[in-house]
Amino acid sequence: MSKEAQKEKSMILQKEMIDGLFNDLANAKELGKKVCYTFIPGNLSELIQTFDMLPVYPEINALQSAMRKKSASYIKEAEKNAHSEDVCTYVKCDVGMMMRGNIGPTGLKIPEPDVLLLSYTGCFTFLKWFETLKREYPNAEVVMVHTPYQENAEMTPEMIEYMVKQFKKEVIPKLEKVTGIKYDEEKLKGHLRLAAKAEDLITEIFDTTKHKPSPIDAYFAGVYYIGPINIGFRGTQKAVDYYEELLKEIHIRIEKGQGPITPEGEMKEEKYRLVVEGPPNWTSFREFWKIFYDMGAVIVASSYTKVGGVYDYGWRHNPDKPLESLAEYCMNCYTNLNIPQRIDLLKKCITEYDADGYITNSIKSCNSFSAGQLGMMREIEDSLGIPVGFIESDLVDPRYFSYSNIKNRLESFFQMLEQRKKMEKETEAV
Amino acid sequence: MKDLNVLIEECKKYAFDLNFTRAKDWKEEKEGRVLVGYMPIYFPREIIHAAGAMPVGIFGGGDEKQIIKGDAYYQSYICHIPRSIMEIALDKHMDHIDGFIFPSICDVIRNLSGIFKQQKIGKFVKYMDFPQNFLPEIGGVFYQQEMQHVLKYIKELNGVEVTTEALNHSIDLYNKNRKMIEEIYDIRQDYPWRMSIEDVYTIVRAGTVVPVEEHNEILEQVCTHIKEDIGTPQDKIKVVISGAFCEQPSLGLIRAVEEAGCYVIDDDYMLGSRMILGDIDATTDNPLEAIAISYINQSQYSSSIYDVDNPKEYRLAKIVENRGADGVVFAAASFCDPSLLDAPIFQNAFDKLGIRYISFQYSENINQFKVIKEQVGTFSDSIKLWEDEPVIV
Repeated sequence: MSKEAQKEKSMILQKEMIDGLFNDLANAKELGKKVCYTFIPGNLSELIQTFDMLPVYPEINALQSAMRKKSASYIKEAEKNAHSEDVCTYVKCDVGMMMRGNIGPTGLKIPEPDVLLLSYTGCFTFLKWFETLKREYPNAEVVMVHTPYQENAEMTPEMIEYMVKQFKKEVIPKLEKVTGIKYDEEKLKGHLRLAAKAEDLITEIFDTTKHKPSPIDAYFAGVYYIGPINIGFRGTQKAVDYYEELLKEIHIRIEKGQGPITPEGEMKEEKYRLVVEGPPNWTSFREFWKIFYDMGAVIVASSYTKVGGVYDYGWRHNPDKPLESLAEYCMNCYTNLNIPQRIDLLKKCITEYDADGYITNSIKSCNSFSAGQLGMMREIEDSLGIPVGFIESDLVDPRYFSYSNIKNRLESFFQMLEQRKKMEKETEAV
Repeated sequence: MKDLNVLIEECKKYAFDLNFTRAKDWKEEKEGRVLVGYMPIYFPREIIHAAGAMPVGIFGGGDEKQIIKGDAYYQSYICHIPRSIMEIALDKHMDHIDGFIFPSICDVIRNLSGIFKQQKIGKFVKYMDFPQNFLPEIGGVFYQQEMQHVLKYIKELNGVEVTTEALNHSIDLYNKNRKMIEEIYDIRQDYPWRMSIEDVYTIVRAGTVVPVEEHNEILEQVCTHIKEDIGTPQDKIKVVISGAFCEQPSLGLIRAVEEAGCYVIDDDYMLGSRMILGDIDATTDNPLEAIAISYINQSQYSSSIYDVDNPKEYRLAKIVENRGADGVVFAAASFCDPSLLDAPIFQNAFDKLGIRYISFQYSENINQFKVIKEQVGTFSDSIKLWEDEPVIV
């Protein structure tokens, strides 16, 4: 763990983008920019840019706090204030951070919101979270966008119309009121065009795991790759530039036959290819990742990298139908898919990326992901005959990350994979 | 008129019957009848009734169902109700129920709808996405479309095309139903000793699994009985229960709160049966619109409805004031996100408003109440013995 992590140009680019955003946020008043709190799934980045606002993502603050080992004390702070041990730790971490002065991950103060833009997609807790925030920030304008759930595995015209009506009648007028900026559809279309480009690129990036060895880890490194597209840069040239650079670097690795880069350098031998369902644990992220790369396991696809949008089936933002496109985007995020849709998507990943195994990382405080995971796992095991593994942890509460338990379970799982590979080889030989 | 105890016993038989026998009998009485199960919190049962089907409330297995299969579907940190519903389904207790509706309460119930789809339980599975937009021309229209989907599913099973007259008739029946339930609560506000909350709960819950016409007859008789000066007053404080709207506490726990010294004069146990406050207009040419508008304008506060323009803490405080309650008991099912995420909002507000409260968590299958009883008893004593200030809202 003492080794310095290797940094590529794309990593430096990303750091500059994120530092720039937090700097702008710290100076929002001086810059004359309005601040918009919103969430990753169903984030309306292009619309936020159209109104020249700066986004704040409370769940990003929470996970950043966890990676910086600050979440435990924030959670305790919230629990002292009647927040239950049983609920989402993102919420408690965010509330605790607010109670301690709202100092963001880069050490700079995060400004209060001018707008609470709740594009409520795929997670019921978001709704409750914003009810809490509204009480903390009574002067903020609240904009609620209800995203219908894909209960029947479809986005119907009436669902799209419902959302478009909300955009036209409530969202846009309220954003115009707060920012004093008139809605400019041409500007939005420009951002949507750039969004589609970034979406093409990120799809291509995650598709490179088809190579053997896979040049990237689509979970542990994947969570960094989705940063720019998810936290406010989708729809900008900066995001396109970042993904072009990243893809270039990945292509070089493919040409050289190299595996993924880990915090301790290039992974030398790819022994197991896995698909992971569920978010990662953030409090012990490096230790968690290390268990995998030490065993030669690479994640070739993960559901978590699709929380901010599912692009696998070719869906893209469409400047020709700007508001309809935003509606479809919101409805098409991973946690807004029904359970059979999630299963189909995971099976597609397992098959297309030739995975050896499937792991569920079940998160204690995230019912949006966790409720139903056991049934999904059983269905995947039965229909594909693939070995499955199950571990439990939490998003940002270190009390629920048990290193030895997780390591034991994963070691048993890898032994099972090893045994299976051996048997397959023997069968082939016969 | 039947004796009150006979009525209560009858309701008890219906309310906690995990085989839903009364609904099954109703279905078998006539060919082509359809049963539609619905989960908590609220569903406009009027439309099922108008479509010639019968709504059946599914509120989990309580403390009567041992969970074996259900645990294989849900991790330990997920509330109890989805595992008991799975257990009931997989043990074929609900095989005679044709379709299932999962109202939008939380992520767990939403994802349970997906598991039902995956397991192919029932002839249809509908996740009912209640609008979180409260403009009649936006959220109201969307809600009507959602109801139309349910009607389409039922029509595919029984061929019934719903008419305006049928819908208005059903609305009228459920208006009467809600009115009589409210009458029981209104009487108990002043005379809580006339009927225990355990019995009120049993009677209201029975209404979710028997035809509304029969339930209205029961309610009519119950109301007549408790208008009489029956029972003996006891030295107890009056409380409102809040937070127990989905996974239901066991009957023993409901009883324990009153036994520990608190008359429960209002609650959200069976919130769905009381969700709409006042009548829905039963005289319009567009009854679905009337139902949608009533949901938007006349709903009780709920942890599942975005409340930003109508803060729930003040609505609950108003209930406390109107009922003349001494305090609030927050009872949340363990791991219930909507209820537990609301707790800090309520408690912070009540600290400022000077409303006394306690809170505890339960699971539908717990039947050891000693600790809760002690907690509630202490709360009651602390108010009875040392405080006499009225609640000021």
